[in-house]
Amino acid sequence: MANPENLQYTKEHEWVLIEGDTATVGITKYAADALGEIVYVDLPKAGSNTSYMKICGEIESTKSVGELYAPMDGEVVEANDALSSSPETINEDPFGAGWLIKIRYTQLPDLLTAEQYNALTGE
Amino acid sequence: MLTTPLNDEHVALGAAFTDFGGWNMPVRYGSDLDEHHAVRNSAGLFDISHMGELRITGPEATKFLDRMLVSNIGALRIGQAKYTMICSLDGSIIDDLIVYRMADEEYLVVANASNRHAVIVAMQDMGDYGFKFDLEDQTEDWGLIAIQGPKSEAILQKLTETELKSLKYYSIAHAVVDGVEVLLARTGYTGEDGFEIFVPYEQTVRIWRALLEVGGSDLKPCGLAARDTLRLEAGMPLYGHELSRDITPFEAGLGRVVAFDKGDFFARTSLFKAGNRDLAVKLYGIKGEGKRAARADYEIYLEGGEQPIGKVTSGALSPTLGYPVAMAFLDGSLDLPVGTKLEADVRGNRVPYEIVKLPFYKREIKNG
Repeated sequence: MANPENLQYTKEHEWVLIEGDTATVGITKYAADALGEIVYVDLPKAGSNTSYMKICGEIESTKSVGELYAPMDGEVVEANDALSSSPETINEDPFGAGWLIKIRYTQLPDLLTAEQYNALTGE
Repeated sequence: MLTTPLNDEHVALGAAFTDFGGWNMPVRYGSDLDEHHAVRNSAGLFDISHMGELRITGPEATKFLDRMLVSNIGALRIGQAKYTMICSLDGSIIDDLIVYRMADEEYLVVANASNRHAVIVAMQDMGDYGFKFDLEDQTEDWGLIAIQGPKSEAILQKLTETELKSLKYYSIAHAVVDGVEVLLARTGYTGEDGFEIFVPYEQTVRIWRALLEVGGSDLKPCGLAARDTLRLEAGMPLYGHELSRDITPFEAGLGRVVAFDKGDFFARTSLFKAGNRDLAVKLYGIKGEGKRAARADYEIYLEGGEQPIGKVTSGALSPTLGYPVAMAFLDGSLDLPVGTKLEADVRGNRVPYEIVKLPFYKREIKNG
């Protein structure tokens, strides 16, 4: 699956969708495939603060654990609670229903374009 | 990196790959959970051609293996298989092996991919003591395909006239599968019924495809990820995790494979001491709650304890059981009965675990 052009990316394989002052964050298909079948997610709670490139959650598959890096400073306004009962949604629809958190950001760092991210993952 | 004869098949099936013991191996084709469940409920097909095959022949092949390995090899009947180990002089484990007796003085020894050369070196060293035997590394002459799961027999039976019902667990026979002469063993590493098929290298693709065709929707190709969770549930050790050069068979809970009554053998003295003194560590099965699995190297504490009492060797959220399971080496001076409350340090959080009996999963034997 191609990395959507309308999203921005981090080198830690997260995608970011900016809408107004809020950013929706997920992990890319590349990251989900590398992890394998996801069986557990630990996401930051609404109201908690995030710091750029600090670990704010965990995504666990049968074989390994991936860390979720906050792509920006801000405050979590919503976590995708549906994932706790069906974490496999991240594998099935990483750029859609498998989103992880929404952040009201205070500062936007430089993020990668789809083209730059493609280059990073060799696509 | 080494590739198996099935490498192009895996690519065509869309596999993700990993380096395992120097081999490019499929880790999964799609969902590793689906692959795991297929083996428990139907059947799965594995490429395990990376395993080392050593052929030992010669007038003193039996005498040599009885000297070299910890089990009573001479007691095997022709066609019988034995799970055993090769240990170094200090009693630590060089590798765990399956030995198949093919004829009076002909054996097939299957070693782990990453230990194949260490096993050969250890055997050649022993050969210097004047045993009359030949050792041939046939690893790259054979493809090895495992079909595992309750429907394995029915699927494989469609391709052979050999009466599979009569092939007992832990035995091997010459057979013709889809017109190809193979060695057919009723062995495996999943805790299910199944077969391991030694196929001449050039015929491996043919047998793989034939099995997938007759298996249809009952048979799923499975990668190493599923193989690992399956063997963990079945309480089977993996070299580099539960077994190593720092561990004796007794610490790994596998003292039963050591046959002291067969006479003298390499490492006997150290193993005898190891089997009779207090163990430094002991292998336990532990289970957790929730979904967060303690993984290899995570520390284990007694409930509320301040000092760790050991470490996890392998751990995962069990796909069959739905809760986390792990094997762990814990302080051998503690006698920890089933039900003992423990805690695992899961990346900074203490989560509850408890001692359980191994294996975590045992299949129901339906027809003996």
